[in-house]
Amino acid sequence: MLKRLLLGLIGVIVVGLVAFCVFAWRPAIAEIAPPAPGSFAPALVAQGEVLASAGYCSACHTAKHGKPFAGGYPMATQFGTIYSTNITPDPATGIGKWSEPAFRRAMHEGVSRNGAHLLPAFPYDHFTKLTDGDVAALYAYFMTRAPVRQEASDNTVPFPLNIRLLQAGWKLLFFTTGRFQPQPTQSAEWNRGAYLAEGISHCGACHTPRGVLGAEIRDRAYAGAPIDGWIAPPLDKTNPSPVPWTHAELVAYLGTGISRYHGTAAGPMGAVPRGLSHLPAADVAAIATYFASRNGSASQGAQGDAAIVKALVADKIGSGLTYDPAARLYAGACASCHYNGRQLNPLRPDLALNSAVNLDDPTNLIRVILYGVSAQDGAPGVVMPGFAHGFTNADVARISAYLRATRTTKPAWADLETKVATIRAQGQGQ
Amino acid sequence: MTSFTINGRAVTTDVEDDTPLLWVIRDHIGLTGTKFGCGIGMCGACTVHVGGRATRSCITPLASVEGAAITTIEGLDPAANHPLQQAWRALQVPQCGYCQSGQIMQAAAMLQDFPAPSDDEIDAVMTGSLCRCMTYVRIRAAIKQAAAEMGTKA
Repeated sequence: MLKRLLLGLIGVIVVGLVAFCVFAWRPAIAEIAPPAPGSFAPALVAQGEVLASAGYCSACHTAKHGKPFAGGYPMATQFGTIYSTNITPDPATGIGKWSEPAFRRAMHEGVSRNGAHLLPAFPYDHFTKLTDGDVAALYAYFMTRAPVRQEASDNTVPFPLNIRLLQAGWKLLFFTTGRFQPQPTQSAEWNRGAYLAEGISHCGACHTPRGVLGAEIRDRAYAGAPIDGWIAPPLDKTNPSPVPWTHAELVAYLGTGISRYHGTAAGPMGAVPRGLSHLPAADVAAIATYFASRNGSASQGAQGDAAIVKALVADKIGSGLTYDPAARLYAGACASCHYNGRQLNPLRPDLALNSAVNLDDPTNLIRVILYGVSAQDGAPGVVMPGFAHGFTNADVARISAYLRATRTTKPAWADLETKVATIRAQGQGQ
Repeated sequence: MTSFTINGRAVTTDVEDDTPLLWVIRDHIGLTGTKFGCGIGMCGACTVHVGGRATRSCITPLASVEGAAITTIEGLDPAANHPLQQAWRALQVPQCGYCQSGQIMQAAAMLQDFPAPSDDEIDAVMTGSLCRCMTYVRIRAAIKQAAAEMGTKA
């Protein structure tokens, strides 16, 4: 009896394994001779260039000081370090021998040309929404880049997570392939914004929290999440900014990297306005329409005006003669650039309104104080210096606590000095 | 390799990414009008303009100015005749002079944002620029004189 049960169990397992392998297995798609760059219509290549920019492809597929799109950029995940791959048309080390169907399968289904499942660090869960036309444009763009011979670095994902076949299980649990479906109750502009945000620009990849297995938690879309040592703030109704993220603010922020009432795009967000800047203005406006709808900013107008008046009053705290050591530190180090007084100047980002001061987590504020903002990020061509070498952990903690207390009505941050020490130990990052 | 412009001139440097911009300006480019004061961004002596904004160059890592336009005291006005420089001379603002290029660069940036600054605004924006000779009274007077001069021109 026991023997039969055991045999039966083994049988079920074997059948299950075989079934899984059949389910998980993907065929290789035949190699092709690399297509001549001249075989692609220039208009299609140009369309692909805009899309590649709006998808920040180079942010992950170009290493620091590396050749464009040659890969090798390390992404630290809880499952190990994953290195981006070479997506130049080099036949040996890049995607030179990939046919368009192979490229399309990678984008839509997360499967490499040779049939191996790709790791979801590549956001195919977003790119699956792209139209075939947009994928064709991206293919035309990448196949016309300069080929770079550069082998991919080995990932440090441990066994058994490095078994590509198992990725099929992850997909079974968390991934549905399928193109973007417009919502008929929404406007054409809303749907265009949703298509871009959900698809090529993959906003949720950073702003949506992920579960233990690294998948975006669907019913917490845009609730905010930690990413690369920073906090991607919530883009839904729980966003803590005192002034609502209205359509106009979103257009300014996404289109130029700086907005009047929300400061500048720093950290991993720095790449976003740069990437979106190649889109037609109507597309940036469409993305703004989509998020203004998700965050409910239309109904919050009056609240914003009161917050601005309050911010300008708070601005005056600490200027003039003061004996509070935190206020003196602020007056010496911060006020020369951040003081506004009479009216708000977007190039003097107001700290009472800034997301970094209003978030539940002080990480972004600490990072910006320590490492500053480069001329490439945030307001174009403008720099915030970094105080990492000038300030002790206690100094950074003191200024952070001071801003939180004098510029917001939110609860004080706990264990600030430890937090500063941790972030300093992590370093500036890439 | 970091490339930027300084006083309108294109420069490419081959210095470590985390080198303070101030060192590059003084030691590599040879413009010594910008001074080293505290080295921690707390005195204002090293102030230059990056993209037109007053910036403490001693705590600005070189890599962060990639592609930016930098102006130092030498480039504020081709003939050293910015209204602030005229006012500085007319009122004999400097004592030892060490902090003054930083003071002028900070003040020049301030006047773009606050064309007719009140005492409160001067206090708030200029507090980060220290002067151990205590020329603050004359600095304030010179800023107001320059603001008036620039206001009448406009």
